[in-house]
Amino acid sequence: MLEVEHAARAAKDRPDTLTRKRERYLAAGQWQLIWRRFRRHKLGLAGGAVAALIYLVALFAEFLAPTTFEEYTAAYRFAPPMPVEIVHIAQDGSWHWGLHTHPLVPTVDKVKMRRTLAPDGQTVVPIHFFVSGAPYKFWGIFPTDLHFFGTGDPKIPLMLLGGDRLGRDLLSRIIYGSRISLSIGLFGVAISLLLGVIIGGISGYIGGITDNLIQRLVEILDSIPSVPLWIGLAAIIPLTLAPELVYFLITLILALIGWTGLARVVRGRFLALKHEDFIIAARLDGASSLRIILRHMVPSFMSHIIAALSLAIPGMILAETALSYLGIGLRPPVVSWGVLLQDAQNIRTIVEAPWLLLPGGAVIVTVLALNFLGDGLRDAADPYST
Amino acid sequence: MLGYIARRILMIVPTMLVISMVVFLVIQLPPGDYANTLMATMQDSGMDNFGVEALRKQYGLDQPVWIQYGRWIWGILSAGDFGYSFKWSVPVSQLIWDRLGLSVLVSLSALLLTWAIALPIGIFAAARKYTVGDYLASFIGFAGLAVPNFLLALLIMYGAFSIFGMSVGGLFSAEYVNAPWSFAKIGDLLSHIWIPALVVGLGGTASLIRIMRANLLDELGKPYVVTARAKGLGETRLLLKYPLRLALNPFVSSLAWVLPGLVSGETIVSIVLSLPTTGPLLLDALIAQDMYLAGSIILMLSVLTIVGTLLSDILLAILDPRVRYA
Repeated sequence: MLEVEHAARAAKDRPDTLTRKRERYLAAGQWQLIWRRFRRHKLGLAGGAVAALIYLVALFAEFLAPTTFEEYTAAYRFAPPMPVEIVHIAQDGSWHWGLHTHPLVPTVDKVKMRRTLAPDGQTVVPIHFFVSGAPYKFWGIFPTDLHFFGTGDPKIPLMLLGGDRLGRDLLSRIIYGSRISLSIGLFGVAISLLLGVIIGGISGYIGGITDNLIQRLVEILDSIPSVPLWIGLAAIIPLTLAPELVYFLITLILALIGWTGLARVVRGRFLALKHEDFIIAARLDGASSLRIILRHMVPSFMSHIIAALSLAIPGMILAETALSYLGIGLRPPVVSWGVLLQDAQNIRTIVEAPWLLLPGGAVIVTVLALNFLGDGLRDAADPYST
Repeated sequence: MLGYIARRILMIVPTMLVISMVVFLVIQLPPGDYANTLMATMQDSGMDNFGVEALRKQYGLDQPVWIQYGRWIWGILSAGDFGYSFKWSVPVSQLIWDRLGLSVLVSLSALLLTWAIALPIGIFAAARKYTVGDYLASFIGFAGLAVPNFLLALLIMYGAFSIFGMSVGGLFSAEYVNAPWSFAKIGDLLSHIWIPALVVGLGGTASLIRIMRANLLDELGKPYVVTARAKGLGETRLLLKYPLRLALNPFVSSLAWVLPGLVSGETIVSIVLSLPTTGPLLLDALIAQDMYLAGSIILMLSVLTIVGTLLSDILLAILDPRVRYA
């Protein structure tokens, strides 16, 4: 039994008995193989789809949000999430079909003995798609007032996830916030990638004492608990600084502490590749160091870097959220998920308006999706391993 | 063995030196110093520039950075003097030790909880590979990774308040906050500490579960396992007696990089839950530019983390002879 299996396996590996499947495998390029392997990782695939969706939302934030991030309705302060219904039966027994909501009216909560907002079950406010609402400039350039969905009635805002203490729509603010929260992750990772590739590359390519010194430095940086250091660095930023500068500095701080992981990956790949036959062949051929690195080494560890990047982004997002939540990261009027969570600082507010915790949900979904994606990519990054 | 330990301890000296420099640089970076903060708050009460200059001189704030650094480090090394807290008007060493102790306690409890959760789940996930339980275990692990720990703290506070009507902030009940240490106070502490420990520890469980699972799976495929099984050893006994012991080593060494994360998590969670640990004090000190206090806290947290890492390395060397003789 065992011998038969062995024979079958040997036949499979022998080049003269190429099966069609094996031929396709041998002919496929590196990226094709990576894609094939990644496709098998269902969680990674799902994570990638969700992450792509979230980035698309961030890209078209102004259009997808029912209103802008600063538009407020004073009567809707601390508004609870408004219901979405399809069928409405009026008191006289008549039916109403179509997507609609009900406006909120002040009522007295008899249990808690205070005034709250509750949906008025009588008035039907239809929800329209491609409706005109609060004016904005799409991507800061094209002035328009077209929104993906909304009530179309400026007096009745659509607050599907509730309103904050000033009566601003939380959903719109979460959608706008995705832009800052996600881009800080991307920029931060881009800067740490630059640092990581340069420092890790030097370390791995030169080796010797340089490598030793850089590795000790990386170890030391890794052994410092990052949050106290982050807080320390973030506290340096003066309160009066322009929001754009604060955004830039926070990104820089996150990158300055986050590059070590990427440097490790790059160094590891450099060391592994340095003694590969094709690198030695290139060197014997008289290729310059720069050419060897850019033409031969980088393409072969690109996939590893992409995987490491997608695993580094969630860490950045979490860090920004935490810093902003503590009040030493981004500050209003900038809208990020961390800034939005600042509203949920004390337990009394949370108990009265638990929906203020929802920006945290956006963080969780994004971080999970990116983690699954990165996991799948890491497994697929080296398609020649078994 | 002794040689290995001595080498590791020697390595710590430059590490600490670099860390103390980084820390001092960070707290030195903000423009201005505490004298400026004081001046801003005291402008009305008639304190003139001369008073501020005198204050600067008294605390050496007018000296170049490296002299300030030298004095600070020398004070710590020679007399355990961490400098003076401008905001609280007492030596830093009076403020931080109690809080550091509680920080360490919370972090260690979190570590123990992390292990207590990750170890059985990791073993289970490896033994029942690709079953519903395995996927569930990874999912729980990932969820712990994705929920920011301050948000988890908020959620637990909200849940405890709205369901049980109790508040979960702090480490002591009101009557014990200022009480001297007694068995009753320790009991009270233990009844409070598990919530922050759980919140802090949950983030680290994900990676530990995965490490445990991967290590065990590597071992389970080896010939000695097949041999043991062929000789008729029961599955549980087989699992616990050989592969698990080998798979445990990377688990111990993972302490080195779990620890900084735990200390970080503790800092944030303690701010949210307003625990009497270093977190809230650090945030306060940084905002008030109380530089020696802030610097000492960051320094001590880093030093403790490194000592923890050292201990884990020594533990690993005891457990695994391959590390000792490498």
